[in-house]
Amino acid sequence: MIKSALLAMLLACTCSTGVAAAERGADPLESPRWADMRKEMFPASARVVFDDKVKVTAPLTAENAMNVPVSVDASALQDVREVLVFADFNPIVRVVRFEPTGAQPSLGFRIKLQQSTPVRAAVRTGNGNWHVGGTWVNTAGGGCTLPSTGSASPEWQKRLGEVSSRVWPRKEGGERIRLRIIHPIDTGLAAGIPAFFLQDLQLTDDKGKALMHIEGFEPIAENPVFTVDVPAARATAAYRVSGRDNNGNAIAAVIEK
Amino acid sequence: MSSLRRSTRALIALFALGWTLVLAAADRDYGLAPVRIADDTWVLVGRSEDFSFANGGNIVNTAFIVTSAGVVVIDSGPSRSYGEQLKRAIARITDRPVSLVLNTHHHPDHFLGNQAFAIETLAALPATIKGIHSEGGSFNENMYRLAGDWMAGTEPVAPARQLAPGPLTMGNHRLELMALDGHTDADLVIFDRSTGVLFAGDLVFNGRAPTTPHANLQAWQAALDQLAEAPFATVVPGHGPVATDTAPIRQTRAWLAWLDRNLRQAAEDGLDMTEVLALPIPAEFRGLAVVDAEYRRSVGQLYPAYEQRALSAERRKP
Repeated sequence: MIKSALLAMLLACTCSTGVAAAERGADPLESPRWADMRKEMFPASARVVFDDKVKVTAPLTAENAMNVPVSVDASALQDVREVLVFADFNPIVRVVRFEPTGAQPSLGFRIKLQQSTPVRAAVRTGNGNWHVGGTWVNTAGGGCTLPSTGSASPEWQKRLGEVSSRVWPRKEGGERIRLRIIHPIDTGLAAGIPAFFLQDLQLTDDKGKALMHIEGFEPIAENPVFTVDVPAARATAAYRVSGRDNNGNAIAAVIEK
Repeated sequence: MSSLRRSTRALIALFALGWTLVLAAADRDYGLAPVRIADDTWVLVGRSEDFSFANGGNIVNTAFIVTSAGVVVIDSGPSRSYGEQLKRAIARITDRPVSLVLNTHHHPDHFLGNQAFAIETLAALPATIKGIHSEGGSFNENMYRLAGDWMAGTEPVAPARQLAPGPLTMGNHRLELMALDGHTDADLVIFDRSTGVLFAGDLVFNGRAPTTPHANLQAWQAALDQLAEAPFATVVPGHGPVATDTAPIRQTRAWLAWLDRNLRQAAEDGLDMTEVLALPIPAEFRGLAVVDAEYRRSVGQLYPAYEQRALSAERRKP
């Protein structure tokens, strides 16, 4: 009895501090850039809360700043409409934006970082609220101002936009799609090399119905690899990916099983 | 007048401070203590750590053999200062000159002490020399970042003399040079037939998780199988304590075999790189120094190739 009362009090405390902290906008990652991020990424009127349900997984230390693996998982939230991934201290803050219109609200990808920074995912749910989760990644950096390996090699020109992919059944049900696209992805911050990046990718089922829309920005890593999970209800015999880069080069492939 | 004197004094103070800093940097002492492991043969065992401001890059084993034809040095350490301290440590033991400095491979902790030695004494396998020319500069910059002041004045120096595998007699020591690969494109192993000491370079780690930035895991395991057959009495690993049995060779091989299996299976199972990073490291390797950091680095370095193979169209052709 006493125990449960204590527990209730404790819970009440935790919840109230949680809400208060969110309303004050106290950043759990304590980034000096948070106030700017709040202003830049969200409308002033939007309700933005820090939420542990938004999981961002990345190594605490990343030796290779050109290729830092990040996974975002918002499947603990209901009715996810869009997810915006950004890195506070990157010279180009926005990394990727995706709309899981039929796929799970999760995405695996790799990014370039210029210095140690929080990497965050902001998740907009159907009621218009934004839920923000994130993690710090420590790195010596420099990933954004180096030319891509591809920019120095003729190979990518022959293979630009080439897609390799594979589909796995998941033991949790549904399927996993992994795909790799040949693209140098230059940020435009390396001297003399203009920005060249994947801007738009549509993942659909075999009938052309949307599963996920991915909007890419400059900090996505070269020859990007994406991991997308599809719930059992939306699994089909094959999938399609289509899209383009910022120079208008088309990407189109069938993802066969 | 007084203001002029003040600024002059300030300048002198600044100058003095500058020199103090330079001397402080030059004074950094690696505490090199050669340990005699066989006749004429000494090893300087580094720490089983990552590069840091505290260890100044001294995470590597270097060695030397005092032959009747002069001293043979095996690897020159991570910095100019290390090389100079190594030379002084040798001079405390023998007054014979250094006649040959061998770089076992092109990683920074094995050749950045080259500056301390006469250029004509430096030698390495051709691919190692090429690697020092192409990557030495960026390795050196990276070492300044990781080890700070200890690196003061260090510049990469590539050997001019190219080595070929085979016997090499140095006075009273009959050496056998073996040109292997797997840790890098060129891994030089020196077997001293006169003492039975095998200088394995970074093909062998002992009690520390191996590093893999230029690794070919298949070739590396094949090289280890070859080393396990060598009739040695003592093995000097590139990192970790000296041993008198094949245990470090087997340990290194077991780690590489696990890493290869683990990454292949992960790619075949469709794991994202963040999921691969979260996989557990088997109990038998938990005791290795810096195992978590090396696993993380190895996944970053090696997983994309496994991933690519698992995703490639050729895989599905009958």
